[in-house]
Amino acid sequence: MLSPVPRTGLSETEVETVRSLLGREPTETEWAVIDAEWAEHSSYKSSKALLRLFPTSGPRVVLGPGYDAGVVDVGDGYVVTLHIESHNHPSAVDPYGGAATGIGGVLRDIISVGSRPIALLDVLRFGNPEQSAHSRWLLRNVVRGIADYGNCVGVPTVAGDIEFDKSFEKNCLVDVACVGVGRKGSIVLGEAKRPGDMIVLIGGSTGRDGVGGAAFASKNLAKGPESERTSVQVPDPFMKKLLLDALLEVAATKLLHGMKDLGGGGLSTALSEIASKGDTGADVELAKVRVREPNMTPREIMISESQERMLLVLGPEGSDAIFKILDRYEVPHATIGWVTKTGSLKLRWNGTMIADLPAKVVAEAPLITWGTRKPRSAGAGRKPREDGDIQGSLLRLLSSPNISSRRWVYEQYDHEVGLRTVLKPGTADAALLRLPNGSMLAVKADGNSRHSSLDPRRGGAGCVAEASRNVVAVGAEPLAVVDHLQFGDPSDEEVYWTFTETVEGMSEYCRGLPLPVVGGKVSFYNEDASTKQAIKPSPVAMVVGLLPASTARVGMGFGARGESVFVIGMTRAELGGSEYYEEVLGAKAGAVPLPDAKMDSRVYRAVMGLVRANLATAVHDCSKGGLGVAVAEMCIRGGLGVVVDLCEIPGEALSPSDALFSESHGRFIVSTKSAKKVSAILARSGVAFAQLGRTGGSTVKFARGQKTLAAFGVDAAIDAWENPISRLMQ
Amino acid sequence: MSLESTTLPPTPSRLRCSSTRAKVAVVRFPGSNCDLDAVQALRTLDSVKADLVWHEEPTIGEYDAVVLPGGFSFGDYLRAGAIAARSPALERITAVADQGLPVLGICNGFQILIEAGLLPGALLRNASLRFVCRWVNVRVDNDSTSFTKNMKEGDVLHLPIAHNEGRFYASKEELATLNREGRVVFRYCDGDGHVSSSANPTGTLDNIAGISNKRGNVVGLMPHPERATEEVLSPFGDSDGSLIFKSMLGIE
Repeated sequence: MLSPVPRTGLSETEVETVRSLLGREPTETEWAVIDAEWAEHSSYKSSKALLRLFPTSGPRVVLGPGYDAGVVDVGDGYVVTLHIESHNHPSAVDPYGGAATGIGGVLRDIISVGSRPIALLDVLRFGNPEQSAHSRWLLRNVVRGIADYGNCVGVPTVAGDIEFDKSFEKNCLVDVACVGVGRKGSIVLGEAKRPGDMIVLIGGSTGRDGVGGAAFASKNLAKGPESERTSVQVPDPFMKKLLLDALLEVAATKLLHGMKDLGGGGLSTALSEIASKGDTGADVELAKVRVREPNMTPREIMISESQERMLLVLGPEGSDAIFKILDRYEVPHATIGWVTKTGSLKLRWNGTMIADLPAKVVAEAPLITWGTRKPRSAGAGRKPREDGDIQGSLLRLLSSPNISSRRWVYEQYDHEVGLRTVLKPGTADAALLRLPNGSMLAVKADGNSRHSSLDPRRGGAGCVAEASRNVVAVGAEPLAVVDHLQFGDPSDEEVYWTFTETVEGMSEYCRGLPLPVVGGKVSFYNEDASTKQAIKPSPVAMVVGLLPASTARVGMGFGARGESVFVIGMTRAELGGSEYYEEVLGAKAGAVPLPDAKMDSRVYRAVMGLVRANLATAVHDCSKGGLGVAVAEMCIRGGLGVVVDLCEIPGEALSPSDALFSESHGRFIVSTKSAKKVSAILARSGVAFAQLGRTGGSTVKFARGQKTLAAFGVDAAIDAWENPISRLMQ
Repeated sequence: MSLESTTLPPTPSRLRCSSTRAKVAVVRFPGSNCDLDAVQALRTLDSVKADLVWHEEPTIGEYDAVVLPGGFSFGDYLRAGAIAARSPALERITAVADQGLPVLGICNGFQILIEAGLLPGALLRNASLRFVCRWVNVRVDNDSTSFTKNMKEGDVLHLPIAHNEGRFYASKEELATLNREGRVVFRYCDGDGHVSSSANPTGTLDNIAGISNKRGNVVGLMPHPERATEEVLSPFGDSDGSLIFKSMLGIE
């Protein structure tokens, strides 16, 4: 006879799998534990197989995917740690708390490997802010949530990426990434390897907030979002700051045997993963957990996602020293159990055994492969008619919310705290941070959902290309990438097709450079349950790059008049998914830019060479809005005009709009005082390049031979570009 | 900015051990987050020994100068600085101030000094109701305090601000007293030193960025000098923040 269907988000097949693996009917607590850990959010059951395509090793990779953070060697005994997370569902319901706890979560990942967080990044996606008050409300509160949390903890938010598109109207995306720095020898893993070790839960108390959060993130947003409010956690950055200070001191003692943050799935996930990774078991008394509310059941305790908690694994001999540190910071701690060699996760409630599950069964959900179908719309669509108003289009692009100044956002973030931020938001393509060994780390995160929606393969590769380009623009060599893949419901064959294409595209590009993937995250079910409308596929990549200590800082603003302006890289007629097509012409069609890893890597080396030889006075990549916007932005930043001749641009049969607005990858604009030297170096490096013109005056002028296509004052460009977002947000 | 060292006052004898390295306590409250930055910035100066001192430690009185760093002490719960102002550290800091030794409150440290009554007025939320992080110009309005001796009135410093509650407010009488006694030490200004509303980043009263006590040995300011002591960190390529620390410690 069939047992009653338990209260879970598991499929019927999964329910049966659990019963047959255990050979019995699980208890209520056991169902809750498995439900939390087998949720898509925790188990990656729909994506794990495909993600194996990513290249994950490299000479500098210390720790790749599968841990709380990727770890990369930056020399002299130091490592950089990196991780990316999203908090999309919580932010759609409670943008302030959702975004704040997103920051809290990603900080925990960096802390839990024993490294100090040194920078935060945010990648945000909202609906059209010009038309939607809801999107403005989300933007205002998400930014405030990130600011209040990051600023309070004292980790600077140094870079990010914002896109507005109607497809995010109901499902905003809030991706947060964190970079940390530590000593190679002090890295702590999320493992419990030694039976007899103590398992200690520290930090905030466990409440009913965030109960079922992982399961919440693994379904579509249904009904009124208000009904889901208890699934959103409560942020407490002050407690996080104490945890951070205390744990950095604890990690320095080298007495810790393991550390694991409590994120999605709460204790269920953390306990099963430390035991599974360490090939051990755990015996835990849940009555020892400090609870915030009366009458919490063991089930609730196991799946609560209350914030600011961390699990420590330590030998009894080191516990006194560690507890002393925690006490000084007034960080509460409770020894809730012991590591065993049984391979089982045993849970007790006041002594009575209420769950006894093989840790590996809990930690390793059966993988799912969904069907795929190429959407009919993919790659289709006709070239739109253009009206030929190049100047009007360029000014319109400069004022597009997708391109205009982000000052309203980044000024709300403390981007200075820590004394590391050498290149600051708004001044260069990537943020540049000092490392303790004197070298500098460039960081940037990017994505382009419009490219991805028309051609997910190219869009997937493109986000890695764009983030790499931004890092290269300040002279840094890309070291590693973490990715975040955000899609609709994976059981929808068209969604799963775009997911597959995206992963394959990213993977090919990363192998081509080569650039190791050291971590990542997948978020499915980003769709509106009532309309079944999924977001545009939104892969995001954060790339970190390294720059030697002595290199001069190069920003994106033109510095002085009379300098030569070069373009490096090929321009192609690739307007599909461009800002020009989408924002100006309203067209969703055309060829999406094709990233070419082999050629790009040559271009990257050339640009890095120019910056490091101190020959470049300003560097800016061409991305959203194309070459026209890139050049205009360099004028805006420098308060200086330019005259550019488009005849010179390397490319084939380019129309004026192709030349100015195509978003072909692998291109940079570079200004220099030493045109001859730069020409000679570029000629040797085997990349396409041309000298386009000169800086000077107060007019931004684009000509094609004798014909002027656009000529407007730098002031007019600043007017168009500077204030659109702050005006909208007043 | 230019400095003419010949016009500087002599090294103050108030420092306990002017012949050896000056010892500075950077007081760390739970939630302080510019504490390490302040220590690091002070250590870039020669002849300075900077220690992080936990707020409950009794050793504060053994130092030549005290810095209350920025951050969110006690999570800014209740009001920014309100809980830290009730810490035992503040009794010790008050005693240090009473001896005439320099006490500097930066950002949250300024908020704490006001909450503790060592400085007058109040710090309200910025007029924009938003946190603001930006490099600004700050004019020196009084060069006779412990913290501005190495400067001249009218000098313009490049410093960053980063706060949510930095809009100084005082009653008419308090403001008149501050002005009369020359206790407005720093005002926000434009690049040429002109004080105007367009150069006021937070809506603070009369562009006030920092004030002192009557004696001039306790100063609180919203901008972060510790973030501006190295050229590599400044978009202007200078290190104006170190002028404040050097003045405080009598270093020329």
